[in-house]
Amino acid sequence: MSTPTRAQDAAGAPPAGVLDVRGLAYAYPDGHQALYGVDLQVARGERVALLGPNGAGKTTLVLHLNGILDPGAGSVAVSGLPVTKEHLPEVRRRVGIVFQDPDDQLFMPTVRDDVAFGPANAGLRGAELEARVLRALEQVGMAQFADRPPHHLSFGQRRRVAVATVLAMEPEILVLDEPSSNLDPASRRELAEILTGLDVTVLMVTHDLPYAFELCPRSVVLSDGVIVADGPTYDVLTDDALMAAHRLELPFGFDPRSVPRP
Amino acid sequence: MGAGHGHQLHYHGHSPLHRAAAHHKILALLGFVLVVVATPKDWFAAYGVYLLVLLGVIAVSTVPPTYILRRMVVEVPFVLFAVLMPFIATGPRVEVLGLSVSEAGLLAGWALLAKGTLGVLASLTLAATTEPHALVVGLERLRLPQQLVQIMGFMVRYLEVVTDEMRRMRIARDSRGFNARNPAHWPVLARSAGALFIRSYERGERVHLAMVSRGYTGRMPDTRAPSRPARGHHHP
Repeated sequence: MSTPTRAQDAAGAPPAGVLDVRGLAYAYPDGHQALYGVDLQVARGERVALLGPNGAGKTTLVLHLNGILDPGAGSVAVSGLPVTKEHLPEVRRRVGIVFQDPDDQLFMPTVRDDVAFGPANAGLRGAELEARVLRALEQVGMAQFADRPPHHLSFGQRRRVAVATVLAMEPEILVLDEPSSNLDPASRRELAEILTGLDVTVLMVTHDLPYAFELCPRSVVLSDGVIVADGPTYDVLTDDALMAAHRLELPFGFDPRSVPRP
Repeated sequence: MGAGHGHQLHYHGHSPLHRAAAHHKILALLGFVLVVVATPKDWFAAYGVYLLVLLGVIAVSTVPPTYILRRMVVEVPFVLFAVLMPFIATGPRVEVLGLSVSEAGLLAGWALLAKGTLGVLASLTLAATTEPHALVVGLERLRLPQQLVQIMGFMVRYLEVVTDEMRRMRIARDSRGFNARNPAHWPVLARSAGALFIRSYERGERVHLAMVSRGYTGRMPDTRAPSRPARGHHHP
């Protein structure tokens, strides 16, 4: 992959947008309105945390990014390609979603088959497919487990393989739903190291605020279906009024002001 | 969560039988069972030969006989039925051990018992020497329809996940004083089964969602490498 680095982005021309969500509104068939006009732009190479209390509409927003849900109003575009029915295969290749429960994502008999599933759906076969699979597994440090059945792996390993299944599609944006949930501290740190080492745009949905602070320079807060804050993660986490108004709380003993800025 | 690894039926080993291709073993099992079923009831010697062949195969497989014997309890309902047959069938009767039994029923009971036992024994040998997912690959090679292969593959993959979920529900139930021996508590079991069904159904939806997100359109893609080595793997 040859995406421009963040440094170039900061120095030069306006960064190319990977994700462009405009005026997105959505109501579920039962009438429950989840999103009321969401605007969100993510530039290439950015790592953005999507924060918000339970029920804020985070998952609903994520499911719009690759066209699982159709917007009631507004639009979503990925690298300029509108998310519409005729573009779905390409959109789903460009947007890689890692779901919260790896057991939902890993369903094939072996790790290798699972990582191959996405690129194979995109038409890759044979040696090219194999190379893609191995590269993705190497990126998450799981290459030696290629022939194992997924259910023989530890939870942390399964989470990493789930990331690889999506990396194998060489997505333009990696969307992670609660990447640190249920991980022990060592697995949590290992995953952080893997994510910071990847040269890919990341949108991370999380309640784990220290994790967001560590990994994502920018944070967006979604609350009751609208974006209520968008800025440097440090500024968001230290805005006490904002945090209290949207049921966001830092874990006991954690203060971004006392932690060296990542 | 990581507890309960290992398959209930598979016995890890490296015998020639373990290494044989799954589709060959499936065909051999199918052939064997067909021959056994087609053998007339009163060719008693033939059944002896079948049993000897099967015992020879089990000896080669290095699977301990007790391992297979313990798993033969699945046959018990059939044994009960076979034992009942001589008593409930009609026709000419003979004396056996001082009991008057139907001759036709005796023969039918014997045949059910012999054929059933041989079939179960052979199937358990296949299951003990073949990884579940290798079985699915073998069936695929034998041109079983894709939909069936996919369903079986998912079953193999999620059996442990669902069993584990069931186990956790049981532990949570027992931790709150549930007693399976108390009939007043039995409705709880039905509700647990219902909850498990709904959870599994919802998991199915989430799995489908994750598949669609990776470009699934209803057909399983060919994920094989050009010259992939045998699909065996090492246990942790």
